[in-house]
Amino acid sequence: MTAFTSLSRAMLLGWFRDRSALFFSILFPLMFLVLFGGVFGDMGTSRLAVIQVGQVPLLEQGAAGLGEVLEIQKSDDPAAAREKVKEGDVVAAISQQGDTLQVSYSAADQVRSGTVQGVLRQVVSQANAAGVPQRFTMTAQQVEDDSLKAIQYVTPGLLSWAVAMGAAFGAAATLVTWREKRILRRLRLAPVALGSVVGARVGVSVAIALIQTAIFLVVASLPFFGLQLSAYWWMSIPLIIAGTLTFMAIGLVAGGLAKSAEAAAGISNLIVLPMAFLSGSFIPLDAAPGWLQTLSNVFPLKHLNQGLLDVMVRGQGPLSVLPELGIVLAFGLAISLIAMKVFRWDTV
Amino acid sequence: MGSTIIVNDLRKHYGQVRAVDGVSFSVEQGEFFGILGPNGAGKTTTLEIVEGLREADSGTVEILGMRPWPRNPKLLTRIGVQLQATSFFERLTAREQIRTFASLYGVAAKKADEMLAQVGLEDKADTPAERLSGGQGQRLSIACALVHDPDIVFLDEPSAALDPQARRNLWDLLRQINDNGRTVVLTTHYMDEAESLCDRVAIMDDGRILELGPPASLVRGLESVTRISLETGTLSVESAAEIAGPGASVDDDGVSVTIGTDDPARVLTALAERNLLTGIQVRGATLEDVFLNLTGREYRA
Repeated sequence: MTAFTSLSRAMLLGWFRDRSALFFSILFPLMFLVLFGGVFGDMGTSRLAVIQVGQVPLLEQGAAGLGEVLEIQKSDDPAAAREKVKEGDVVAAISQQGDTLQVSYSAADQVRSGTVQGVLRQVVSQANAAGVPQRFTMTAQQVEDDSLKAIQYVTPGLLSWAVAMGAAFGAAATLVTWREKRILRRLRLAPVALGSVVGARVGVSVAIALIQTAIFLVVASLPFFGLQLSAYWWMSIPLIIAGTLTFMAIGLVAGGLAKSAEAAAGISNLIVLPMAFLSGSFIPLDAAPGWLQTLSNVFPLKHLNQGLLDVMVRGQGPLSVLPELGIVLAFGLAISLIAMKVFRWDTV
Repeated sequence: MGSTIIVNDLRKHYGQVRAVDGVSFSVEQGEFFGILGPNGAGKTTTLEIVEGLREADSGTVEILGMRPWPRNPKLLTRIGVQLQATSFFERLTAREQIRTFASLYGVAAKKADEMLAQVGLEDKADTPAERLSGGQGQRLSIACALVHDPDIVFLDEPSAALDPQARRNLWDLLRQINDNGRTVVLTTHYMDEAESLCDRVAIMDDGRILELGPPASLVRGLESVTRISLETGTLSVESAAEIAGPGASVDDDGVSVTIGTDDPARVLTALAERNLLTGIQVRGATLEDVFLNLTGREYRA
């Protein structure tokens, strides 16, 4: 084994055997996912509410039985109705053009929209079977989903927070404990290139971040949460790696300033947690005041969030997040320079 | 046999504090060399400069013909350093620790396992380093320092905080390392440790070497007193003073009567004539006396 692989192995084993590190980098963020995605997620949509746009004779004919399944609201404004679907207030907007039933639904909630479509198809076929002179058909159409359902929004935000926290804590704790326990000194007295030590730490942090990502995406995609990844989600991988590097640098600054592992964890938390709130990791910034939205741009986490949202759930193309990728890396580079300034080999 | 380590007029200041203040010594190949002194004497700073962890303000260090500062990887493969029992990777077992260190030097895992056995930790191989006892931790630390078969081994206070039994075991191990022909440099604040292990000792205090030589000759060179103790009551203070003669001291602490003399042979003969040798204790000068003599103050680690 080379120095690089054996150091990587030592660090990974150390991380894996550290229950609290495992808890904070994997389970803790998942608890938030359950909280935000599972519990709050259900609060946005009332039970199988649909909105009827204009006159829909078909619905009125079958209204007797339908009332038990669908809660039918009425509107005369097609645009406002579509907006309600997008926002997840209702499952679908239904209108009738001659003998065609038009259904607009949101891809964000496929289970419900599928149920509603099934119900409506039954309505159509019952009407046809009843021998009414008209032959009815149904068309279903997805509304563009630019306002995202809770889980769609929560997953990238929480993932970027989890990765940021894992990378910053990992780097800070390693630096401080290795310095306090004199492992850094011991490594200085071994014929090891500094690059191997740093490289191993970076490699391990990136590996941990990718493990976090995999677990997160698997859990969020469970039917209970129902995350729908868009086509270019894999573009999140370079973003995650860039984010890991940047937050490692933040952790190294924290570790350079701190005198104990506890202090390092505290400083990292003090940096990452408020940043997560102000960058919209937990709560969307869309409703935040303008000055806060402007302020959020000075945080690398905001750009990481933005990039992850764009490629994971908003369905944007792989090249669209290159600016975010560049910004996150630029932050990383600048913070690394600070980290080098405050780096100490030794306690004295 | 040439000198493997040559240290010349080393100085290191921290602000007003002269941690190392003109230290010079050389260590022969295969020698067991001790740096002895109380805490804060400058032993560790000296050792760290020699190892290449710190840069001296002035003075030179040469190890195996090479300079340790700036960091010299070629030299690092030939020296082994034991820092402290706690210098381990977190949450790794003893075997994983030593294998990790072995691979840093390009040494095979098999060799690492052999070294673990050599320090008697075979049955602790799967124990996390954190759960080893103090003595076991020190032995693992020393095994990690030896795994690449270095020519010179530096040990910084290896027996600090060990119980007496663990210290004795450690001493046996250290002697064994030295018997294999390695040069060993050790710092300690235990007088008995230096006396028992070292071929030569440098006594340091206040950043300076006060005296340097084999422990026995340092002690012998001392115009020292031998202390002879008898149980109180076997001999009155008056008769003790009479036996001891002028220039000697007699002291009775209620448990033993102690005669301090520079002519122990005469006193012992006199005691033997009176058939008073039963339960007698004779204590010659130790390095502690040397320290006391050199600094005028009692030795306290």
